[in-house]
Amino acid sequence: MVNIEKEKKENIHFIRVSGDVDAGSSIHLDNAFKEGFEAGESKVAVDLTKLAYISSAGLGVFVSYLDEFELKKFKLVLFGIQETVRQVFDILGLEKLITIAENEEDAIKKLNG
Amino acid sequence: MGKSIVIVCAKDELTRIRQFVADELDQHKIPDLQAHKLVLAVDEVCANLIIHANNCDPVNKIELDLEFNPKQIIFTFRDKGVGFDINQYDSPSMDELVSSRRQGGLGLLLVKRIMDKIEFSTEKNYNICRLVKTIA
Repeated sequence: MVNIEKEKKENIHFIRVSGDVDAGSSIHLDNAFKEGFEAGESKVAVDLTKLAYISSAGLGVFVSYLDEFELKKFKLVLFGIQETVRQVFDILGLEKLITIAENEEDAIKKLNG
Repeated sequence: MGKSIVIVCAKDELTRIRQFVADELDQHKIPDLQAHKLVLAVDEVCANLIIHANNCDPVNKIELDLEFNPKQIIFTFRDKGVGFDINQYDSPSMDELVSSRRQGGLGLLLVKRIMDKIEFSTEKNYNICRLVKTIA
């Protein structure tokens, strides 16, 4: 089960993800991304503090938007990744493609600084 | 003696199979970080079998056996869907995935990087996929 909350703060579109994102639930993450993207949100911060698990289906959502974000000069930052989930990012080398911040404050700095 | 579970080919079964594997790994005192990766690899193979080999048809089933040896954990999947040998699959590069904007392709790459050996065979009407992880 995944729960996704959205919030606008400091001119940043926050997507807060909690629970498990797998092949069955990644559609909800994709919808949240699509919604923000279509609304023209140019600064997106994804809060993964309460994300317990993510499979390739969820990681694929992030990867599938990178090209369009780059093209539109939109900014994306992920933050609060737990150690168990972080090692999965490491296995794929995702930290080379996606900006990762330690916490919310750091994410805001990276987006607004 | 190993433990087994049978699931039907529906995506909402993934939670159950992850819980089953996590419980077994916990009982065998596999450290959390390692266990998380193994659960992920099993989830990826199951998702692949459910979606691609069995077209999410809940009439079809997948059986998973877990076997713990002193130096290895062996995960064996059996199903009757369309056979697919992961070893024959050429994973796309990250650059290709980014520029194609597609969401698939990362799962089998993860399985290959997490597991030490992947074997595929067919026996009677069954496809058999074995994932082997060497443990310290």
